[in-house]
Amino acid sequence: MKKSANQSILSGDNIFRFALASCASLILLIVIGMIVVMTQNSWLSIERFGLGFLFGTVWDPIKGEFGALPFVYGTLVSSLLALLIATPLSIGVAVFLVEQAPKSLARPLAFLVELLAAIPSVVYGLWAIFVLAPLLRVYVQPVLQSSLGWLPFFKGSVTGLGMLTGGIILAIMITPIITAVVRDVLEAVPVTQREASLALGATHWETTKIVLANASSGIAGAVILGLGRAIGETMAITMVIGNRPKISASLFDPSYTIASVIANEFTEATGDLYLSALIEMCLILFVVTFIVNALAKLLILSVGRRTA
Amino acid sequence: MASSKTSYFLTTVLIIGLAILPACFSGRQGKGNVVKMQGAGSSFISPLMQKWVHEFGFLNPDVKIDYQSIGSGGGIKQTKEKTIQFGATDVAMSDEDLKSAPGEIIHIPVILGAVVLTYNLEQVKVPIRFSPETIVDIFLGKITRWDDDRIKADNPGVELPDVNLIVVHRSDGSGTSAVFTNYLSKVSPEWKQKVGEGTSPSFPVGLGGKGNEGVTGQVKQTPNTIGYVELAYAVKNGMPVAEIKNSAGKFIVPSFESVTSAAAETLNDTPEDLRVSITNAAGADAYPISSYVYVIIYKNQPEEFIRKTLIDFLTWGINEGQKHARPLYYAPLPEGMVKRASAKIALVSGGTTPAGTLAAPSR
Repeated sequence: MKKSANQSILSGDNIFRFALASCASLILLIVIGMIVVMTQNSWLSIERFGLGFLFGTVWDPIKGEFGALPFVYGTLVSSLLALLIATPLSIGVAVFLVEQAPKSLARPLAFLVELLAAIPSVVYGLWAIFVLAPLLRVYVQPVLQSSLGWLPFFKGSVTGLGMLTGGIILAIMITPIITAVVRDVLEAVPVTQREASLALGATHWETTKIVLANASSGIAGAVILGLGRAIGETMAITMVIGNRPKISASLFDPSYTIASVIANEFTEATGDLYLSALIEMCLILFVVTFIVNALAKLLILSVGRRTA
Repeated sequence: MASSKTSYFLTTVLIIGLAILPACFSGRQGKGNVVKMQGAGSSFISPLMQKWVHEFGFLNPDVKIDYQSIGSGGGIKQTKEKTIQFGATDVAMSDEDLKSAPGEIIHIPVILGAVVLTYNLEQVKVPIRFSPETIVDIFLGKITRWDDDRIKADNPGVELPDVNLIVVHRSDGSGTSAVFTNYLSKVSPEWKQKVGEGTSPSFPVGLGGKGNEGVTGQVKQTPNTIGYVELAYAVKNGMPVAEIKNSAGKFIVPSFESVTSAAAETLNDTPEDLRVSITNAAGADAYPISSYVYVIIYKNQPEEFIRKTLIDFLTWGINEGQKHARPLYYAPLPEGMVKRASAKIALVSGGTTPAGTLAAPSR
């Protein structure tokens, strides 16, 4: 490249730099813009209910009473349930792909996992209604109720829909994401560590334990990334969770998530206060996912620093 | 490298260009004499509206109408903001809504819909009958089993199974819920006080399904459920439909005739502005959970093309357009209402809007 071209203001480098900078600042502007607009539009509700909005348990648009607690509860519990199922599953798949499977099997399997991540959530939702829910209703829930029915988690009527089904469908949806990230993290663990461990006479299982220990904060990052996805998931869970704003210990009972109530009620929300309350829900969801994603980023950064 | 960069650039320009292009050619009044009109609102009427738009466009090639199914609430909102030329809603606008609108809005009933109770009870082959009190108790959560004495009393001689009863309702805001809860509020003071009526009622019991298709799907999938849906969804899915006791004490099957009859029986009590609830209508053959679907427009339409097109379209809809109703599972308007709706359409004029400066429609 010629030097003179570099020095002119309209040089390729400068244009390139400017273009990149404007892309980056656009992201920042969008985030700030979203916060400002959501706060502005939910001001009516913030003023009326204050902090009580977060702890209110009644959601009755007809009487103009709005409380977010059952939705926050539903969102967090369904997401945690999903993590409880998806985390061991994903780590298992990832360890198998990286440590055990022969290349000829690992490649197509990894591809398949990535393909699962690309399926639209409405497809997962339909599958959940027509396959998962009847399956749970006929084979799983009656068994759980007859054997563990004394626990508060498995009481209530068996419908195939509700918190448990919602959690399971979320687990299926976030498994490919967690698996893919955990796989990358495991591959980032230096081969020399495995060789050293094996050379000292450790078994495959013991070596894997060492690798997992070294990758632990990266795995935590992957799990939190999955949690972020689960919290924001709307379509699939709306179709099976039962959409009832009630806090109940039973996993068989219907529940409701923040994303679901927004998707369900936004189109027909006519009153100003009603609309404002729904937008405040958006704000709460935004804050929750923001915190979760920030945590994930921090954890991934720390594992990157350690392996470097 | 250079050529691939150039091609990237050209592709980007092309994409942006294509995205902007339609905007250059849009606009209410296109070149030539094509009149463009935008409507939006009720998703319930959407299939019929699409049919009307297509048929009307076929008869009037110089008119291009577009209808977006965004929900009744959205239809009312957009009409008030004057971003569309006509709205459609399953529930008449409230007095406050009308007051806060920037001009006088008129309601034109264009078609009738019915909300039906559908259920999943394999053991029972005959249609189940419900009195209003039983329906209220079911949806209030007071009846939790199918062999409850109150259901038995409505269905003498029918073998009802000893199983839990599961309620399914709409989880999304909808005109269907509004019509259903309007009916329940009319027949039960307790319902009116505890739940009330509206597009997003807070039901004391049950599972929520998203959309008519969501409720239909859950009832179809889950044994021992009962839910409420638009007539069309129950019929198209081949699901059983309950007979409901009307105010004359007769159990009525929802049908085009019984729905139209409910509207016809209410004609004399229909106020001048045509905003009327026809649930729990009098008359021996009236199905009690029916409602009008309205098109809402501003009475003053200063723009000549739009005014003429609106009048033509709506007049065609409530006359010739009615024949498209039944194949799509809507009930046609009764004769008397066609006359009164026509008189309403005739009121549309080109006078200035009360707000004065606002040129309707704004965009």
